[in-house]
Amino acid sequence: MNHPEDSPIISRLNPPAGGRLAVEIRQTSVVYQTADSPVHALENIDLNIHEGEFVSLIGPSGCGKTTLVRVIADLEQISAGLVLVNGVSPHEARLARAYGYVFQSPALFPWRTVLANVTLPLQIQGRTKADAKAIALEHLERVGLVGFDGKYPWQLSGGMQQRVSIARALSFEPRILMMDEPFGALDEITRDRLNEQLQQLWQRERRTVVFVTHSIAEAVYLSTKIVVMSPRPGRIVKVIESPLPDDRHLAMRDTSTFIQVAHEVREALADGHHD
Amino acid sequence: MTAKASQWQRLQRDGLPVLVMLVAALLLWYAGAVWLNAAGAIERVLPTDVPWTWQQLLAATMDMQRPVLPTPHQVGLDFWSSLVDWPLDSPRNLLFHVAVTAESTLWGFVMGTLLGLLLAVLIVHSRTLDRALLPWIVASQTVPVLAIAPIVLVILGSLGFAGVAPKAVIAMYLCFFPVTVAMVQGLRSPQRIETEMMHTYAANWWQALWLLRLPASLPFLFPALRVGIAAGLVGAMVAELPTGAVAGLGARLLTGSYYGNTVQIWSALVMSALLGLALTTAVAGIERLVLRRRGQP
Repeated sequence: MNHPEDSPIISRLNPPAGGRLAVEIRQTSVVYQTADSPVHALENIDLNIHEGEFVSLIGPSGCGKTTLVRVIADLEQISAGLVLVNGVSPHEARLARAYGYVFQSPALFPWRTVLANVTLPLQIQGRTKADAKAIALEHLERVGLVGFDGKYPWQLSGGMQQRVSIARALSFEPRILMMDEPFGALDEITRDRLNEQLQQLWQRERRTVVFVTHSIAEAVYLSTKIVVMSPRPGRIVKVIESPLPDDRHLAMRDTSTFIQVAHEVREALADGHHD
Repeated sequence: MTAKASQWQRLQRDGLPVLVMLVAALLLWYAGAVWLNAAGAIERVLPTDVPWTWQQLLAATMDMQRPVLPTPHQVGLDFWSSLVDWPLDSPRNLLFHVAVTAESTLWGFVMGTLLGLLLAVLIVHSRTLDRALLPWIVASQTVPVLAIAPIVLVILGSLGFAGVAPKAVIAMYLCFFPVTVAMVQGLRSPQRIETEMMHTYAANWWQALWLLRLPASLPFLFPALRVGIAAGLVGAMVAELPTGAVAGLGARLLTGSYYGNTVQIWSALVMSALLGLALTTAVAGIERLVLRRRGQP
């Protein structure tokens, strides 16, 4: 168990399988100055994410889960504390292209084909055209989009577009993948299928994933670690290590272990609301 | 067969309103010509000693030497004869003037577009430049181009620039403004999520400009280019007025008004309208080509 109260020393002494820390967050706060009073988007966050973990941040809106993932991605500045990504600051990690980021909406460029959208980060990194194309085609295959490379984004369904954006985020093989409610706008059937594909992708490649969601089922199905957060001020109420095996399938959602973990998450969410 | 039929239907649908408007405009024009030329015809053409019929008056108003308003067929004949009766290098041929004016328009258009792009990039790049440049850019357009033109000509002339250059500069002066305004909006059109995405890829400023902001601004650019090239044509023609230029559609207008040759003025006007139409059509064609290449619906 890895509670926020754990001191950094203890968690370093007992590293779970996977070993090195991908993300280390110590006593971190984010405060926005507004006209009337400061808003504590995040308050005293402590969190360790080890390499190869699939970590979900779950909580009601306003709990700071998106802010937290944006802090790790250097899209948001912290007011106090310490954040390390691969042992360096988020800024340095971003410049070192340590992570891929999948946004709530696919954010594909409409003037680029699917292939050209996936090669975009590679182009920015100065890879040759031929290289970038080969890599992008391979990643499109991994998300199940063979034969769609010449299409334009508007010719694809919402679920396919989000898969393109995942292929794009992974195209340069970042060790960390951050996803901010990536399937929030999709229907439940598409969402289930994408969850299954994402789970398989994680199993094959064991990248570190930081996943923001407000769906309990999604969090339990995907994660090895579930971080339950609560709002005003944004904080972590509980960290649940999932007892589920790594090899998962959708039918697992009817097992007693799954239901038990889901129950635990729901309890923690309720606790967070009652404080 | 069906394609042909639908084409015919489309022609009927799109062509008919145009045809109706054209006929209406011609009728109004003829009516105006009769009304405006009647006084002159009575005074100069019709016999004073014997009474004349209204048919004579009508015929006279439509066939004056120096009418107040030439009739469409007079303008048409003059226009046509200038094209077929004179060689291309003769100042009597309107196409000769078209070439001269089009040259300065196109140079001004290219320079104006580049200047507009540069200004827009600077404005979007820095808030300070935004505040420093924008008022001047707006103010520049409130100065009448007719007032600016002689100044520019004198200054450039003293620097040794003559011929196309001063005219192109004045065309540029009118061209750059719509391009600047549209491109500032276009370069700022990417959504926050898109700029943040480029940020996560650690894209530098140039990459963000080249890969995101510029492509995103293209749909804003082309309408501005259509406006810009038409404005550039006006600029080029205005620039031909105070120079006493001997060539160009503006010069043709000027000599026409010197000699009271209204028919010549009108055929030059028609030619400049056609040139403007051709230039904007060319820009629209390029727009379609570019946007189709981007596969946009």
